[in-house]
Amino acid sequence: MQAQLRDPKTIMKLTRLGSFHQSKLSFLRSFLKEFKDWEYNRDLFDLDESGYGRAVYSFTKKNKTYSLVCFANKINDDERSDRVIATKWDAAFVLHDGIPSKKDIERLEQNVPRQEVGRLSYKELTLSRANKSVRVFNHVIESLSKGNQPDKEFLSKVGYLYRTTAVYGSGKFGLADRFRIKNREEICGPFRLEMMLVYLVRQFTFDQVNHIAKNKNPKKFVPLDKEISRNLGIGNSTGLGMAPFIVNHPTLLNNWILARENALKKVREIKIIKNEDFKLFVNCLKKSIKNVTSWNTESEFQKKKIKQLIIDLNKLLVFIKDFNFKTNYAFNILYLWAEENLDFECLEYVVSMMFEPYNFIIDPLIKQMSSDEEKFFNIPGERTVQDLRNILEEKYSDVLKIDFDKKESNENFWFISKNKEEPRLANRYDEQGSELEQPLAIARDIKKLYGRISNQKNSLKIGKFLIENNDLRHVVRRAFISEKFPYSEIQDNIIGSNLIPIDMLRLKLSFFGAIKFDPRSDKWLRICMFQGAPLPNELKNFNEHWVYN
Amino acid sequence: MKTLSEIDTTSKRATRAAGFSWGIAEEVGKNMRLLELFGLSGIKNLNKYLKDYKQKQLEKITLIHEINESKKNPFCPIILGTNFIDQVNLMDKKRNIRIYNVAFPVLFLPFVSRASEVVGKRIFFKLDDKEFLFNLNQSIYSNYLKNEILENCESISIDFIENNNSFTEVEWKEIYKLSENTFVEENESLKIGAAGAGLTDND
Repeated sequence: MQAQLRDPKTIMKLTRLGSFHQSKLSFLRSFLKEFKDWEYNRDLFDLDESGYGRAVYSFTKKNKTYSLVCFANKINDDERSDRVIATKWDAAFVLHDGIPSKKDIERLEQNVPRQEVGRLSYKELTLSRANKSVRVFNHVIESLSKGNQPDKEFLSKVGYLYRTTAVYGSGKFGLADRFRIKNREEICGPFRLEMMLVYLVRQFTFDQVNHIAKNKNPKKFVPLDKEISRNLGIGNSTGLGMAPFIVNHPTLLNNWILARENALKKVREIKIIKNEDFKLFVNCLKKSIKNVTSWNTESEFQKKKIKQLIIDLNKLLVFIKDFNFKTNYAFNILYLWAEENLDFECLEYVVSMMFEPYNFIIDPLIKQMSSDEEKFFNIPGERTVQDLRNILEEKYSDVLKIDFDKKESNENFWFISKNKEEPRLANRYDEQGSELEQPLAIARDIKKLYGRISNQKNSLKIGKFLIENNDLRHVVRRAFISEKFPYSEIQDNIIGSNLIPIDMLRLKLSFFGAIKFDPRSDKWLRICMFQGAPLPNELKNFNEHWVYN
Repeated sequence: MKTLSEIDTTSKRATRAAGFSWGIAEEVGKNMRLLELFGLSGIKNLNKYLKDYKQKQLEKITLIHEINESKKNPFCPIILGTNFIDQVNLMDKKRNIRIYNVAFPVLFLPFVSRASEVVGKRIFFKLDDKEFLFNLNQSIYSNYLKNEILENCESISIDFIENNNSFTEVEWKEIYKLSENTFVEENESLKIGAAGAGLTDND
């Protein structure tokens, strides 16, 4: 039996992409797997009694070392902001390539806490900053210093001690360009160094609360329980800055989605499901319900989705009760049932869960999730208008149906803020600046291109067509990319009035491995990473299905 | 030191801000990354070009022929380069292409380097007395190392080099013969047991 890859025109709709969940393919999970046999160390921990100072953590294997350098600073409560426009943070972090010298640390101390206005070198790989969740942080210190463990229920409502507000990499602010490191085997997966930074920051947050609480009351102090630590992750506040990334990197987006779609296809094609594999699937499913019921959000949009997810999960559990997994292609039958009976949120949840038993399917796919984007940059000038027309009609048929003469189809525009050099979204009819629109209105421009070629000769070469049509060059390039990469385009209008930008954020964050999406508006959300993950000194032997423990 | 990522992004935005389309700006971003990676003065030339280009009213070439002469003002290197890379597969049968009077010719170089990869041929390029050999966008070999702004050039000559060996068949045979000294002469026993395949080919 051969299962078909799911149709990009269905999968690449934002309502579907905005229902994706973390899976075994997610970057934080594949990072842990890759680095499990690296040597973890805390090399420096020089904090004062209030927890301010510097620390260094590292992963080493043979003669290769990656070091997280941390700077914890005192800031006033009124200076603490999660917005990207903030200029001070409770802590700032950088991942250094190798073992930092004293001189390196001094240089970094002058620059890392300043973030965007500081300057890094090619010896640094990723940069970040984070703020405390003050109520949780204080509660934990208060409890530990009195000899008590913190209230688990209170902690579970937030899920972390710190949340990062940006993680930078790939050549930003002087950080190493990707070409310098892309051939290293251990970082072949996307965002692996960003994941390493966040993971080590998590450990720093535990060490910092223990240190402060101990100094506060050395006699009564107890260290934070390991089980409680494990159930804390790192929060992240994410705004629109992340959204254009998935439009600006079409081949990378394709490779992420294609890996997921291929994984699903291969699972559906398994003829005989082993008893232990099905048991593992059901076990993960049952345990995962805890993650759903402890998913807190004030967002009505997300609350509705979670409510439906719980209803659907119960429906699924009833179905599974009498399900005969010994039937040939049982996962395919289960998938088809889910497609018929469950909403997207639960359907994609189940898809992620189906990957759990199958390392032999997932591991090779992880290696295919990066992209050498430069290879596909050149436009094939020798192709014809007929070729282009065929591509547009085949790959963008839904997009071509959008009526851009309607005001609401053009309501928004994407721009780069002068203040922070970050992407933003605004209403074209209410705000100034739309003349400086970024080239992200792909659906509109594809439709324009389709109109433009309608009166051109089929045999006309693209190289000649472009002479008079370079204003649409950016979408001609994309069209030829989408010919080779079926999942490279979002099949929606991202300047329309019905756009929910957090769907774009959620897609990316699900591939990061984030859970507990908590939209704070339609334009930004909070999430949690590494909640439930093993601690660094437990990596050598950990349960791969930790997300569901 | 600025990173290549910063060079790419900033050049792209500056080119767009100067009035080019986003698609062309993307080309320029990639080109500046390439020039700076190969140690040629990309940003220096682009900066001056973007300052000057509106006043200079550069000529925009459309179709590229064997001989290309500007009527009045110098050719714009960005439009020339964009059309060159778009049309290169249609023109590589032409052995030699000449272009006269080009502004800021350094900005044309990365287009030619990338075109070399597109057509799968090395390109020998002469810019007045400066020589460049573009090797399928993997490297640029040149006698020009100056970090300067080149505002104009009189003539450019472009030769597509056929994919021929740079050595003779005799030289190849000689070196191959020497390489054979790393092989083991097989006796009967090695012939039977060392390959690992079956003894009968027709079973």
